[in-house]
Amino acid sequence: MEIPVGHYQFVAAALFMIGVVGMLVRRNVIVMFMSIELMLNAANLSFVAWSRLWDSIDGQIFVFMVMVVAAAEVAVGLAIIISLIRNRDSVNIEEASLLKW
Amino acid sequence: MESILFWVFSIAAIGGALGMVGTLRNTVYSALWLVVSMLALACLFIMLNAQFVGLIQIMVYAGAIVVLFLFVVMLLNLTGGVMGAEEQPLLKFVGVALAVAVSLQLGSILLRIELPWPEVSPEYGTTAEIGRALYTDYLLPFEVAGVLLLAAIVAALAMAKRERG
Repeated sequence: MEIPVGHYQFVAAALFMIGVVGMLVRRNVIVMFMSIELMLNAANLSFVAWSRLWDSIDGQIFVFMVMVVAAAEVAVGLAIIISLIRNRDSVNIEEASLLKW
Repeated sequence: MESILFWVFSIAAIGGALGMVGTLRNTVYSALWLVVSMLALACLFIMLNAQFVGLIQIMVYAGAIVVLFLFVVMLLNLTGGVMGAEEQPLLKFVGVALAVAVSLQLGSILLRIELPWPEVSPEYGTTAEIGRALYTDYLLPFEVAGVLLLAAIVAALAMAKRERG
């Protein structure tokens, strides 16, 4: 283990920021959704690294739970996206503006 | 050796993420870049003695979630393409500049952390140990996770079903 824990945390932070940029800049619903997955994964890397640092298994259990929530979120989110695309015939998030004030 | 592996997998993870966000033309390529990022992350997990989590990462993310994304993209025959707002150079510039600034700021703090890694037992992170924790200390969250997955399956089916009549 010659790589210090901070390097793993930095990779996690960089991945999280890439996810945030994808969320803010892209307007394709599916790519925005993938960016959310990327942010969840960045948090997972952070959990695993800290968990290893403190010689504890709890962080890995939490990663397991995050993956369960991510899988549930993908199933429901993609169902929403499918019905959105059927109604609007577009993957552009700007088209879904019915609730926008 | 370990540092070479770390840098290879980190660059693959970050490069895959950048490729996913940066691919404007075709959503399928974005999903394939996401696979690269997920597989590299799984390797990083295994380097951190989290073998179970690493393999679950490959199976759940690279195996199931990205396949679901590809399935939706191909089922709906999406051509994708560049959206109107994605062509605004100012939006892109501000977003990327802010992200780089925050990353550098975080990096200047995180890369300075000097905490020694502890020695862990050979069982650390194995399926047996995770399973023991899941079925003893974390039994209730584990069962709730199962209920959550069931609810998600029912909700997804109810929403994606085509309305009749």
